[in-house]
Amino acid sequence: MAGTIVFVLAALAAFVSALVVVAHRNPVYSVMSLIVTLLSLAVLFVQLAGHFLAVLLILVYAGAILVLFLFVIMLLNVGTDRRGLAGTRLQRWGAIVGAVLFAAILASLQWGATLDAAPPTEDEVALTPLARALFGDYLLPFEMAGLLLLAAVVAATVIARRTTPEERESR
Amino acid sequence: MSGVPIGWYLVLAAALFAIGTFGALTRRNGITVFLSIELMLNSVNLALIAYAREVALTFGAAAGLTGQVVVLFVIAVAAAEAAVGLALFIAVYRNRRTIDLDRLNLMRW
Repeated sequence: MAGTIVFVLAALAAFVSALVVVAHRNPVYSVMSLIVTLLSLAVLFVQLAGHFLAVLLILVYAGAILVLFLFVIMLLNVGTDRRGLAGTRLQRWGAIVGAVLFAAILASLQWGATLDAAPPTEDEVALTPLARALFGDYLLPFEMAGLLLLAAVVAATVIARRTTPEERESR
Repeated sequence: MSGVPIGWYLVLAAALFAIGTFGALTRRNGITVFLSIELMLNSVNLALIAYAREVALTFGAAAGLTGQVVVLFVIAVAAAEAAVGLALFIAVYRNRRTIDLDRLNLMRW
């Protein structure tokens, strides 16, 4: 019963804040709202025995990625979008596509999961099996993810760097 | 103590994914489009964990770990994607003084 209440509250918070993310004219509010979505998703992760991933979601996503978004918004001085959700033709089509997608996903999900999310036991949320899987069976993908992050850091630095006048002349 | 049906989590994930799709298709501010894509990524994370729980309850805890490891990789890839994407926005803004997607139509047919 308590689990149901927690689920309903977290799901409502996630849903409403997700709507705010896509609907708000000011991107700063969108970022803040996405943080709320992520926190409620973390609550749901805990209900589904993903304790470590819930912590990771808050630390990496809400803590690092969205702060990066805020930095960039401040740097770019984006400002508010005068055209919010004004009911343009584009937005009507977008809403139709979204609704069709939702129906399609629902139809394909319907028979995918039949059980109830039983509250996880202490053994099920232990970190050791996850670590063994990550550094055992999935060691190669793990290392590749590290390489990808390194490449992304280098690429981001090169792309965002301001070219010096000497470099521009030598081209 | 049986808890919420796992299907409910999947319905929420589908709703979040649809909302993110709507935002990515209709918003014209680059940052907001990017945020919508992040929302879609996270709705998929929720679906992955929900299915991982279903598998773990059916076949034992070890079987559910695959889904959780995939979520880890999704988070790592999202971090890389955010870094490169935001760097691109900074580079574009430096040249064009805008990240309004309607005005970035140089490569449009």
